[in-house]
Amino acid sequence: MEAFLHQVFSGLATGGIYASLALALVMIYQSTNHINFAQGEMAMFSTYLAWSMIDAGMPYWWAFLLTVLISFVTGIVIERVIIRPVEDAPVLSVVTVFIALLVIFNSVAGWIFTYTIKTFPSPFPEQPLFGNRYISSHEIGSIGVTLMVLMALYLFFRFTPLGLAMRASAQNPLSSRLAGIRVGWMLALGWGLAAAVGAIAGMLVAPVVYLEPNMMSGVLLYAFAAALVGGIDSPFGAVLGGFMVGVLENLLGAYVIGTELKLTVALVLIIGVLLFKPSGMLGKIFVSRV
Amino acid sequence: MALLEVTDLCAGYNAADVLRGVTFAVEQGGITAILGANGAGKTTLLRAVSGMLRRRGSIRLDGRSIDRLATEDIARLGVAHVPDGRGTFLELTAEENLRIGAYTRKDRNAVAQDLERIFTYFPRLKERRQQQAGTLSGGEQQMLAVSRALMLRPRLLLLDEPSFGLAPLVVQDIFGIMRAINAEQGVSVLLVEQNAGLALDLADKAYVLETGQVVMSGTADAVRSDEAVRRAYLGY
Repeated sequence: MEAFLHQVFSGLATGGIYASLALALVMIYQSTNHINFAQGEMAMFSTYLAWSMIDAGMPYWWAFLLTVLISFVTGIVIERVIIRPVEDAPVLSVVTVFIALLVIFNSVAGWIFTYTIKTFPSPFPEQPLFGNRYISSHEIGSIGVTLMVLMALYLFFRFTPLGLAMRASAQNPLSSRLAGIRVGWMLALGWGLAAAVGAIAGMLVAPVVYLEPNMMSGVLLYAFAAALVGGIDSPFGAVLGGFMVGVLENLLGAYVIGTELKLTVALVLIIGVLLFKPSGMLGKIFVSRV
Repeated sequence: MALLEVTDLCAGYNAADVLRGVTFAVEQGGITAILGANGAGKTTLLRAVSGMLRRRGSIRLDGRSIDRLATEDIARLGVAHVPDGRGTFLELTAEENLRIGAYTRKDRNAVAQDLERIFTYFPRLKERRQQQAGTLSGGEQQMLAVSRALMLRPRLLLLDEPSFGLAPLVVQDIFGIMRAINAEQGVSVLLVEQNAGLALDLADKAYVLETGQVVMSGTADAVRSDEAVRRAYLGY
């Protein structure tokens, strides 16, 4: 029982990370109908930035904040400079650009920081909180940070005029422009937010998977599975899907298929959802007339 | 001086021009109607004014040239466009739709007042304010679209077939309120309609569009009493 609870809790902790990254994917998907395949590598690069700052002696939380800020700005710049010119291009061209971004971030990280695995510090104490045996401090901490991020995003999108304008732009760009909303900037802002959320996910997962240029490839697959399970156009679905995939992955890994085959869970989920319920749990079903 | 002056406007989609040298004006505080059959270029004309498509010729708002501006910048100058198909944000609530209309405004108190004023014009929208806009009836959605445009506090209101697909009673309601808004707030209106009788009752000036060109224009009364217009568009 104890081991089982432990698996569930640590599943929730990694699930929160999948949820964040899935949310980043959904944010961009909702406004552009594209999956940003480079989302994970952008997060990995952000994590290296944080590592460099911490390595240079900066206190953890300052490095954390600064990394989030830099990632946000970088996300905006990438949208404006790289994505905007292919906005109206055929879907394959856009996918190619995303893949290119993925490869570029991956190899530049390898080039600058080398492929040697680095340890990334956790800001949370090493001893479990209150001497409990179920969950480590880092797991509690990362669940806490994830929930705070999700809450902040919810409040932003639900209650601020800017959040409303971003939702409006994603739904109906033409009507939004007629209301005077600068839709192009809303898209860029969405990229900035997605990059910032991704950076947080990267920094939270790095102490667990260790820092190296390929650290996010598995995480991105889980996040992608989470977004699909929840419904690729539903932010709530992405979050729910993230936690579910996290727990499921952990339990199956521990009790059924073993840790070596854990990543298969993500792939099976992806194929299963696409085959049997492409709209996911909370997604919309589109019927198009021709 | 007219609020909106359009001279020799050509516009269209892709390579072909739909409008071929259209000239018209909307007076300060006036209501101008553009009449015409399906495919005459009425919707294209409104889209050209809002910068939604490629256009040539001169478009002046209050003397200022707007023919090179982007749609959102034209909106920010006080041009509110109720587009073809209403442009409702279907997944947002009715109230959120209205708040988007006021997005560019910084005067929060006045926005709150305008919201209340709209609810007195359209009490139905007040009842439905927390409801998803997609669940509203066609008439309610048209009220919402007009109201969303009014939340911008426009100087010029562009209306694309506000009567389309609505029951006659609802149409009467909406047109009555439009008249009131024009009289009370001095909002100038450019109205595009297939229902010529309705449009001429509201407008003070009218233009008849045929295959992308103005074939007749004048005061609403003059256009109404024109033999050819009567036969072709009014049906008596």
